Amino acid sequence: MSSKEQKPRQPMPPLSVWGPAVALAWLVPGGGHFLLKRHGRATLLLVSILAMFLFGLMMRGEFLKPQGGDLLTVLIYYGGFLCNLLSGIPYMLATWLGYSQPDVAGAVHDYGTKFLVTAGLLNVLAMVDAYEIAAGKKN
Amino acid sequence: MKVNLSHFEAALLFSLFTSIVLGVVTKKTDRERVRYGLYCFACFVVALFGLGWLMYLGHG
Repeated sequence: MSSKEQKPRQPMPPLSVWGPAVALAWLVPGGGHFLLKRHGRATLLLVSILAMFLFGLMMRGEFLKPQGGDLLTVLIYYGGFLCNLLSGIPYMLATWLGYSQPDVAGAVHDYGTKFLVTAGLLNVLAMVDAYEIAAGKKN
Repeated sequence: MKVNLSHFEAALLFSLFTSIVLGVVTKKTDRERVRYGLYCFACFVVALFGLGWLMYLGHG
């Protein structure tokens, strides 16, 4: 027998176990961890992701919208839009309250756009972590 | 309200927030999380200075 035997894959837990935590983690950064009673980590996630998002807004970053064109343009604009959407309620609130920044030249604006996109990506990491905790794969 | 940060300040803030989240979500114990967060932040800062010097020297 080989020493590199693979462990049998564990069946995925039912949606009712991890669904609420992941959904809340999407809507509110750190919300999944709050639901799972990981208050310290939840606070750190909430503060970091929200601060990243707010700095993005204060730097007048742009919310990317889906846009056609060559492959790279499609990738950047669709991907950016998806990442913005993954920030959850902060993105929805900012949009509903009328935040709309056109694409202008300048390093600060450019950093702002990256901050907004990265806030969504960091929220995805928080969602994955919430899933793993809720599914019992991680303490 | 609008903030005007320099490249360095913006990159440092970016590194700080990203390192905190990476530390929180990747490791299993608090000690490991703190160490990994600090390690990530140090890597970001080293890369920041390294790339900065590379661009400065490459620019001539």
